[in-house]
Amino acid sequence: MTKLSRSMLTLAAGVAAGLAYAGPAAAEDKELLIGDQCDRTGATQIVGTVLCPAEQDYYRLVNSRGGIDGWMVRGDEIDNGYKVPEGIEAYERQKQMGALLMTLYGTPQTVALNQRLEQDHMPTTSPGFGISAAADGTRFPYLFPVAATYWSQGAAAVKFAKDQLGGDLKGKKIAYIYYDNPAGKEPISIIEALQKTEGFDMRSFAVPPPGVELGAQIIDVTQRYRPDFIIMHLFGRSPSVALKGLKGAGFPLKKVVGLVWASAEADIMAAGGWSVAEGYNTLQFAGAGDDYPVRQEIKGMYKKDGKDPPKEMDDTVIYNRGLLQAAVQVQALTNALKISGGQKPTTEQVKAGMEQIHDFTLGGLVPPLQITATDHEGGGWVRVFQVHDGKFVAATDWIQAYRDVVENQVKTAE
Amino acid sequence: MFHRESGVFKTSYAADMALYPLPIARWTVAAFAGLFIVIVPVICSDYPISILNLILIAIVGALGLNILVGYTGQISIGTGAFMSVGAYTAANLVTRLGAPFWLALPAGGLMAAFVGAIVGIPSLRIKGIYLAIATLAAQLIIEWTINHVQWISGGVQASVMIPRPSVFGVKLVSERQIYFFLLFFVVLALAATLNLVRSRVGRAFIAIRDQDIAAEIIGIDIFRYKLYAFAISSFFAGVTGVLESYYLGIANYEQFQIDVSIDYLAMVIIGGLGSVLGSVLGAIFVTLLPIATRLFLESFGGLFFSNANLLNVIPNLRLVIFGGLIIFFLVVEPEGLNRLWRNIRNYFRVWPFSY
Repeated sequence: MTKLSRSMLTLAAGVAAGLAYAGPAAAEDKELLIGDQCDRTGATQIVGTVLCPAEQDYYRLVNSRGGIDGWMVRGDEIDNGYKVPEGIEAYERQKQMGALLMTLYGTPQTVALNQRLEQDHMPTTSPGFGISAAADGTRFPYLFPVAATYWSQGAAAVKFAKDQLGGDLKGKKIAYIYYDNPAGKEPISIIEALQKTEGFDMRSFAVPPPGVELGAQIIDVTQRYRPDFIIMHLFGRSPSVALKGLKGAGFPLKKVVGLVWASAEADIMAAGGWSVAEGYNTLQFAGAGDDYPVRQEIKGMYKKDGKDPPKEMDDTVIYNRGLLQAAVQVQALTNALKISGGQKPTTEQVKAGMEQIHDFTLGGLVPPLQITATDHEGGGWVRVFQVHDGKFVAATDWIQAYRDVVENQVKTAE
Repeated sequence: MFHRESGVFKTSYAADMALYPLPIARWTVAAFAGLFIVIVPVICSDYPISILNLILIAIVGALGLNILVGYTGQISIGTGAFMSVGAYTAANLVTRLGAPFWLALPAGGLMAAFVGAIVGIPSLRIKGIYLAIATLAAQLIIEWTINHVQWISGGVQASVMIPRPSVFGVKLVSERQIYFFLLFFVVLALAATLNLVRSRVGRAFIAIRDQDIAAEIIGIDIFRYKLYAFAISSFFAGVTGVLESYYLGIANYEQFQIDVSIDYLAMVIIGGLGSVLGSVLGAIFVTLLPIATRLFLESFGGLFFSNANLLNVIPNLRLVIFGGLIIFFLVVEPEGLNRLWRNIRNYFRVWPFSY
C-alpha cells in the first residue's frame, strides 16, 4: 500500500504540474473568438456530432478566404454533454478567454445561463431551442433564437396542415404528438390559440421520455382519434419510432409533419430508410439537401487539401443547421467590425451587429432573416421539406405563419 | 513526522469534546480556512471561482447524501428530486412572496425534508437494492409532478427565475460574491455534519447501518431514526437545490433529473461512504475530473491527434478517462478517496519508522 500511495502522490503532482502549464488559451491578436457549446456525447449526440463539425468547417472556410477583413475567426468548442454544470463551466471559461459571442446548446443550459448573459453583456444564439419568449429582444436583450422558435414552428405546422387539407381547418381533427418535457409542451399554447380561430379539433398525446415505446400512443391516435393531420414534436430516437409505428398502422405519412428536431436524415434512416418514410413532411429552419453554393465551397476546400469531404456532410439537415449557426455568427461579427471601424469589436457592438442581420440568405440555405433590436427571432421562418425519392424535396417556399398570434404570445409571456 | 500526538493532555470536558483535539489538526483547519477565505478569492479569476462554486454546491449535496447512504446505510437515488423540491419551494416563495434568502433557503430545505421523510417510510420494510428502486420511483414521481403541475412549476417551461440573493442590502452579483455566500453554507453544512455524526442521533444512524436488529435490541427506534436520516439528508439536498437555483438564477426541473442523483451517488461512493472528508473529496473529484481531463487532453492531445479529430476525440475520450479513473481509484481503494488519504496519512504519521 505504501509504495502505491507514494506513486499516487507522484502521479497527482505530475497531473497538477501539467494542468498548471496548460490552462485555456486566450484569444490572440487579430482573432475573433466565438464560444460554441456542443453535445457530442450527451443525450442529443446525434445532433452534436454533425452540427459542431459543420461550424468548424464554416470557420475554416471563412479563414481560408482571408477571414473577415483580415480578422481570423476561431470557434472554441466545449462539449457540455447536455449537463447544466458543464454548460456553466464552459460559459465561464469562454468568457474568460475573451469570446465575443456564443452559441449555447440545449434548452436547460440556455435557461440556466440567461441571467448571466445580461450581466456579462454577452450576445448569444440559441437556434431551434431555448425559450420561445426570447424572440422579444427588449425582454431578452442578449439572447438570439435566430431560428424559428417552437411557437413559430407550431404556427407554421398548423398553416401547413391547413394548406394540405384544402385551405380550411373547420371541423378537421389534428393530433399533436409530443415529447413530455418543457420543450415538447411549448408549442401547445400556440396550437390551442389557433384552434379557436381556425375552428379545428386538437388533441395532444404525450410521449414520456425516452420515447422509444410509442405503441399505445400510435393506436390511440390512428385507431381511436383518427385525425386528419398529425403534428409531431419529438426528439432523439422517438421520431423514428413514431414514423415506423404510423407507417405500420397505415397512416399516410403525407399527412404528418415533424417539427425541427424530428426531421433529420438520421431519423429517416432509423425509421427504416427513405422508402418507409416516403411522403413525410419535415419543418426546417435551414435548407436541407446539398444544392447550396456554400456546401460546394466547403467540398472544394477539402479537395484542395487532398481529402474527401467529411461524412458529416451526408447528414445535410443537421450539417446545414451548423452552417447556419456559424454563418449568422460570422455575419454578426462582420457587421460589428463595420460598427467598430475595423477595431476589435466589443460584445455590445456584436449585439448591434447581430441586430442588423437582414437579406442574408447564403444561397438559399438561410431563410430571409430580418433580425432587429426587438425581434431576435428574425421573423420565424421555416420551410417544409418532404421525403421524396430518397431525399428531402422542398414542398413550400420559406413561410411565416400567424405572426400576429405568435407575436401576441411573445408579448404576453411571463 | 511534523507533529507529535503524545503529550496532548485533556484537562477539561470541553477539551475532550473538541472536534479537533490535536493542535496540528486545528492549524490545518485554520490554514484551509485562510486559503479559501482570503487567498483563493484574491488570486483567482472568475473562471476558477465559478468551478469552485460548482464544487461548493456539490459538497453540500454530497454531505447530505452521505448521511443517508454512508452513515445510515439506506441507498437513495432520489437526491435530484429532493433538490428540485427545495429549489421550487424557494423559487415560489421568492417570486410570489418576495421572501429573502434566509427564509427561502431553510423553507426549501424543510419542504425537501418533509417530502424526503415520506419517501423514507418504505425504508422500514425494504432494504438495499429494493429501497433504491423505491427512491428511484420517488425521483420519477416528483419529476413528473413538477413537470405537469403548473402551480408549482410556474408554466410550460417548468422554470422559475429567482433573483440573486441580497445580503445586508447588497445584491450578490459577481462570482466572487456568490462564492462567499456558498462558502458560508458549506462551512455550516460541514460543521453540522461533523457534529451530527458524533451525536446521539448520528451514533444511532451508525448502529442502524451496522446491524439494524442489534440496534433495535439496544433500544433504538429504527423507524424514527431512519426517517430522521431521510429527513436530514433531504434537508441538505433541498438546500443544495436552493443554492444551485440562486447560483443559476433559475429553478428548472431539467437540472435535477436522474443523472444528477447518480452523480451524487457517485460522489459519495468514490469519496468514501460514511465520512465527511470523503464527501468533500468525492464532490471535488466528480466535479473537477471532467474539467481536468479536458484541459489535459486539450494541452497534450495535439501530440496524438489532428486538430479536426481532436474536437471529436476530447469529449469521448474524456468520458473514457473519467470512467477509467473511477474504476482505478475504486480498485486501488474500494473504500474510497477518504481511505486512500488515511492510508497516506498513516504512512507519514510514523515515517520514517515504518513499524
